[in-house]
Amino acid sequence: MTTTVATPAQTDTAPGKAHLSDRSAVENRLGQKLVAPAVIVMVLVTAYPMIQALYLSLFRYRLTTPDDKGFVGLGNYGVILGDSLFWKDTLNTVIIMVATVAIELVVGFAFAMVMHRIMVARGLMRTAILIPYGIVTVVSAFAWQFAFSINNGFVNSWFHWLPWIAPQQNWFGDHWHAMFAIMASEIWKTTPFMSLLLLAGLSQVSEDMVEAAQVDGATWWQRLYKVILPNMRAAIMVAVLFRALDAFRIFDNIAIMTAGAQNTESSSFLTYRQVIQQMQLGMGSALSVLLFIAVLIIAFVIVKLFKVDLASARGEG
Amino acid sequence: MHIPRRSRGAAAPPRRTSRRRRVTGSLAVLATAAGLLTACGSNGGPPTLVWYTNPDPGGQAAIAARCTAASNGAYKIETQVLPQDASQQRVQLARRLAAGDSSIDLMSLDPAFTAEFAAAKYVVPVPQDVQQKLPEAFKGAVTASTWDNQLVVAPFWSNVQLLWYRKSFAQKAGLDMSQPVTWDQIIDAAAKNGGTVGVQANKYEGYVVWINALVMGAGGNLVTDPNAGVHAKIDVNSTAGKDAADVIDKLAHSKAAEPDLSVSNEGTVLAPFATDKGAFQVNWTFIYSNYATDKATLNDLGWTQYPETVQGQPSRPPYGGIGIGVSSTSKHQDLDWQAVECITSPDNQGQYAVDTGNMPSSQAGYAYDKLKKAYPASLLQQFQQSVTDAGPRPLTPYWSDISGAIQSTWHPASSVSSSTPASSQTFIQQVLEGKKLL
Repeated sequence: MTTTVATPAQTDTAPGKAHLSDRSAVENRLGQKLVAPAVIVMVLVTAYPMIQALYLSLFRYRLTTPDDKGFVGLGNYGVILGDSLFWKDTLNTVIIMVATVAIELVVGFAFAMVMHRIMVARGLMRTAILIPYGIVTVVSAFAWQFAFSINNGFVNSWFHWLPWIAPQQNWFGDHWHAMFAIMASEIWKTTPFMSLLLLAGLSQVSEDMVEAAQVDGATWWQRLYKVILPNMRAAIMVAVLFRALDAFRIFDNIAIMTAGAQNTESSSFLTYRQVIQQMQLGMGSALSVLLFIAVLIIAFVIVKLFKVDLASARGEG
Repeated sequence: MHIPRRSRGAAAPPRRTSRRRRVTGSLAVLATAAGLLTACGSNGGPPTLVWYTNPDPGGQAAIAARCTAASNGAYKIETQVLPQDASQQRVQLARRLAAGDSSIDLMSLDPAFTAEFAAAKYVVPVPQDVQQKLPEAFKGAVTASTWDNQLVVAPFWSNVQLLWYRKSFAQKAGLDMSQPVTWDQIIDAAAKNGGTVGVQANKYEGYVVWINALVMGAGGNLVTDPNAGVHAKIDVNSTAGKDAADVIDKLAHSKAAEPDLSVSNEGTVLAPFATDKGAFQVNWTFIYSNYATDKATLNDLGWTQYPETVQGQPSRPPYGGIGIGVSSTSKHQDLDWQAVECITSPDNQGQYAVDTGNMPSSQAGYAYDKLKKAYPASLLQQFQQSVTDAGPRPLTPYWSDISGAIQSTWHPASSVSSSTPASSQTFIQQVLEGKKLL
């Protein structure tokens, strides 16, 4: 059986820039004037802090010793890029991003299928699945910290029958156990978001095509792999893009559960410590700029590598 | 959509009435606003002094109320509670003060960042005439409140760590607790007799408090010339540093270590101590009041001087507490100092100790009658002796960097070895010079 994908409707637009009528030109100009105030405000509130961070990153500047401020050029970037801590934290962040997004994609898709297909108690089921996403991340991080606590957590007592979980397992006592706890809380919290995005994609798959495949004798797996998944490719990629960018900036769970101990620090947490705790505005700003560039690179790679068509995902194609 | 003219005109009142109502409404709003503004102004009551306090069971709020009443209308103290964690208290205050926030008048400052705030001129040094009116504080409290030879905060309460132990366990282990004991002795005794030694070894300031006490107990100092700023001489890689590392290494790899050693803090050691495995813990003065309702544990609770790092060398117990600082951006500094005198008065220090278990910073505070009734005399004596012997953390504006670098290289406790002091020293120096990320 071959893959079946619905093709977008043909449009009449000719290649190259189309000629605009006078009316269209006037409407365009009016549109530009109407959005101009919003654009100016956006530029002021987003561009100014970014330029300020870029400027500060060129200085040795500590908030509590402003008299020692000095221009260091790209020195802060040199220190950061030459420091093993930065690369360790970047690796942690990438591990968390890849692992959580991969698991969330599979589990989230299962949830989306349940929400899409279920006939009985559909509202109740959808609400139950979405509840974790409605909980504040800090609150869920605290809840999971208590759950994994060696003193009063339920994880050790409920799962001690598993060979790799000791009754006195200190989940925050070493790197991988702590990373597991952090990722579990992240997955629990954001899988519903992934399933929501996938549900939107699932509802766009034509039932006619699925039924046609069924009539042709396609099994359930064949319908899934050959019809459903290819037709919701854009939605999947948007979900992956959004969650990957979100996961790369992970902060709350780490701040609450380990505060970066056991080498569980992420790039965002490292930046927070430099800017907020150490009050190193120069070094912290340089880290912020690098974090911003990393997010841009991830977005670019996902969009280009997987050929994500955001317009098609929004149903504009 | 067409709207019939009748429907718009019929419901509307006559235009003149509408205008009159608008004018009347505006006047009413103006009158109300003027009344409110007058109430907020200087004629509406005494100036309000905002006191940022560390969290406690309400002791500082009660002092604020008493001092407000005692001022006879000169000022009113309002409290704002800071986060639980001392590092977060520092961050919140420093960011406001750096921005010139004039709404802060008084601050309860932890010794860990007093020097940093003083060097940044966030707090005003205590004037000479005010110093003379303050109760005479213990030497440790004065040292922790001084920067650049100036008293920069008024000592309020002094915290100190003791070695708390279960009498029955010490007896079973055959330890003579009337004599100074060493870390080696209590770790061995606990390990051999199925007990544990509770310490603070999470990746936080409390762990550095322990390390500093171990180093000072071995006759060393983490920093020898703290006034030199980023060029301060770091002395972690010393005989004393290695003695400290040996103690941590020994406990971390002993049966006496609690299972949650790497995340332990002042609170996590309380529950195990009250069980059959409870043997020893080093902790602050609040321990006695903490077990007040647990009679079985309280009756078996013993206390003595902080353990020695090296046998025969007197220990230097960790020092904590709070000093009251006056913000340099405050608009009411004269009144602030009057409030400081009231807050740190011997009676308020004594009552605060009764209310919260946090002990006075002066001998006069310990003379408070209700305090003497609330605690055994021998315990109050031990507190005072320990404060006198205490070893404060180095007073440097860069303490948060040094502390953070120590946490990075000494945590978890199970990773500490004889090579830790050397690597830690190199790392601290690189961090201070801006050559390494912390």
